[in-house]
Amino acid sequence: MAGRTLILGIGNVLWADEGFGVRCVERLAETHAFDADVTLLDGGTQGLYLLPFLEQADTLLVFDAVDYGLVPGTLKVVEDAEVPAFLGAKKMSLHQTGFQDVIATAQLMGYCPDRLILIGCQPQELEDYGGGLRDIVAAQIDPSIAIALDMLQALGVTARKGQGDRSNLADPSITRAAYEQGRPDARTACRTGDDRFFPGGA
Amino acid sequence: MVVQTPNGFELDTSGRRIVVDPVTRIEGHMRCEVNVDDAGVIRNAVSTGTMWRGLEVILKGRDPRDAWAFTERICGVCTGTHALTSVRAVEDALGITIPDNANSIRNMMQLNLQIHDHIVHFYHLHALDWVNPINALRADPKATSELQQAVSPSHPMSSPGYFRDVQNRLKQFVESGQLGLFKNGYWDNPAYLLPPEADLMATTHYLEALDLQKEVVKVHTIFGGKNPHPNWLVGGVPCPINVDGVGAVGAINMERLNLVSSIIDRCIEFNRNVYLPDVKAIGGFYRNWLHGGGLSSQACLAYGDIPENANDFSPENLHMPRGAIIDGDLSTVHDVDLRDPEQIQEFVDHSWYTYGAPGRGLHPWDGVTEPQYELGPNAKGSRTNIEEIDEAAKYSWIKAPRWKGHAMEVGPLARYVVGYAKGHEDIKHQLDGFLRDMDLPLDAVFSTLGRTAARALESEYCGRLQKHFFDKLMTNIINGDSSTANIEKWDPSSWPDQTIGVGASEAPRGALGHWIRIKDGRIENYQCVVPTTWNGSPRDSAGNIGAFEAALMNTPMARPDEPVEILRTLHSFDPCLACSTHVMSPEGEELTQVKVR
Repeated sequence: MAGRTLILGIGNVLWADEGFGVRCVERLAETHAFDADVTLLDGGTQGLYLLPFLEQADTLLVFDAVDYGLVPGTLKVVEDAEVPAFLGAKKMSLHQTGFQDVIATAQLMGYCPDRLILIGCQPQELEDYGGGLRDIVAAQIDPSIAIALDMLQALGVTARKGQGDRSNLADPSITRAAYEQGRPDARTACRTGDDRFFPGGA
Repeated sequence: MVVQTPNGFELDTSGRRIVVDPVTRIEGHMRCEVNVDDAGVIRNAVSTGTMWRGLEVILKGRDPRDAWAFTERICGVCTGTHALTSVRAVEDALGITIPDNANSIRNMMQLNLQIHDHIVHFYHLHALDWVNPINALRADPKATSELQQAVSPSHPMSSPGYFRDVQNRLKQFVESGQLGLFKNGYWDNPAYLLPPEADLMATTHYLEALDLQKEVVKVHTIFGGKNPHPNWLVGGVPCPINVDGVGAVGAINMERLNLVSSIIDRCIEFNRNVYLPDVKAIGGFYRNWLHGGGLSSQACLAYGDIPENANDFSPENLHMPRGAIIDGDLSTVHDVDLRDPEQIQEFVDHSWYTYGAPGRGLHPWDGVTEPQYELGPNAKGSRTNIEEIDEAAKYSWIKAPRWKGHAMEVGPLARYVVGYAKGHEDIKHQLDGFLRDMDLPLDAVFSTLGRTAARALESEYCGRLQKHFFDKLMTNIINGDSSTANIEKWDPSSWPDQTIGVGASEAPRGALGHWIRIKDGRIENYQCVVPTTWNGSPRDSAGNIGAFEAALMNTPMARPDEPVEILRTLHSFDPCLACSTHVMSPEGEELTQVKVR
């Protein structure tokens, strides 16, 4: 059985596809409700602040943008002992090492959740400051949620259709629609750095 | 070649070059290069922010009332400080005042973040520069217990059995091969001076601090509605107070206030019984290692924070001091005006940005963030794989902020130097007492150890201040004032067409400022000058080196290919590159590479 379950989205919504994990939990909360022993959390790029949530969970399911070196938009699911290694496989973003450390710390303290599930999506674009999800990554939100619901179902966690608990999710001003639709045009707000950040661009 | 900098350092690039990239156990990514002479002493230092910062462009065109929610996402540590600084900037621009209760609650949140950050920094990011957890496996639990009781008689967790349990737990963890948290250590380096018992005591407190920090952040959950990412509000705080109510969702009731009060007491206790005694005990073993002072003895800057009365940011109303010290003259503390275009300016001659013409400094209200990535003629490697920086040219993604042309140190030590020079009663009392206990002269403060000690003292001071504002809030509530927000000017139709504002705070790692321009209800320009921009700044047009660079100068390294001393001093600043710079290059390496050339 899953016991107490934490469904966590991590990543930075301000850097394009980096926001994938956070957008997944946001969408999940819009469409599904759970019993009281399931917590939905937007973890952002936080590190140790997430420890109390891990301590209270028996099962941890994480959505994240992870660079597996696959075709953009590819989903990959890893479980249990494999999870920490994948989170630190390649440090594409600020938070991945951080979250790997969070898991290591929880292990050291003896309260790492028994079950770990990571649903990762290969990002297409990270270097777009203020940008939203690329279509190919956004299209994987619902399939990721379907995988998550199946895996949770197998552990005895059931979801109901309808609005879920949004209390630990992002402020309305940076939810996906508000964030992406409220973006000024490229002339008003420059979006890119330079060729150093585009593989093969230099 | 030997170069004399205007701020008093002699840079000699003739010795071996050591590259540390990335610097680990910090937020964000930075690189450091030094030259050492034949005796292994650092004679030139170069600090590079290896990420681009994109915050300013992200905020352009957005609703100013939402800016806090964006700035909160920039950093994985000081979310709340950015949010606070942002709402202050918007309130300043629009002439919005906040109620007294909102001031008390914001202060408590800010102080809570200071304490949380200081404790986490010391035990989880910095302690491993002084403490050797592997050596702790060799400790005698009974002798450790005796040491603990001598160092801090009031701390209840001190039995031999307790330390034996922790030691066993540690042993299992290390033997399981998940060195995880303790990887990248140079555990046989002679720069580690503690006996095994002190190592075990400190490592035990590493674990105690992990437990404590989970409780500390609940204050943010209570006042901010949730954590991480607490809610903030232009005009006050978004938590209604209803002490009689039990049902109102999100309202602050007595039960929650009691929880806040108990957390404040736990922090005070931990600071007094564990954190401060540890810093003194560990510091005692390193009392002759007084390197790393850098700019702290000559140029310190603090914006001040924690206003006693709401909406009054004059120096005499601030519990955390404001002021600038230059030229090492502690007898004069200059006032700091964040609006004065001649005081704070950012230079980019050695940064990967352009202002169109060389030698220009821009005040943040007129700030420009236009990237220009180019390496100097003497750089080695390629644009995407730099082997060696050419510091005579552009070499960092961090701009170089200066106060009246001076490179400045910011952070707990700078605040304590400014406070001490101003005769701030609490700070003077604390610092004098610390030096007396350690039997050290005032000059010893200007060091890596001094920076670390100032942070611990400040954590203790913040605990007391937090209690003060809790009592103040309670008194107000009892007197019938439950107001927490002023939404008179919430509607953009009440705003002027164009306006500018500035918000300042003291983030855990130093002076933080947000400058905003609002036009037609939207953000026209937004510039953040963050603490690590000050401390991690590269050289400026005049050739002054920044605080990190200065602090590394003249430090002897036990083994030049093991950068323990470099990490120790850089970590003492609690660097946070996440907001001063941006996402690293795609080819980021997992482990720190140390190259000696």
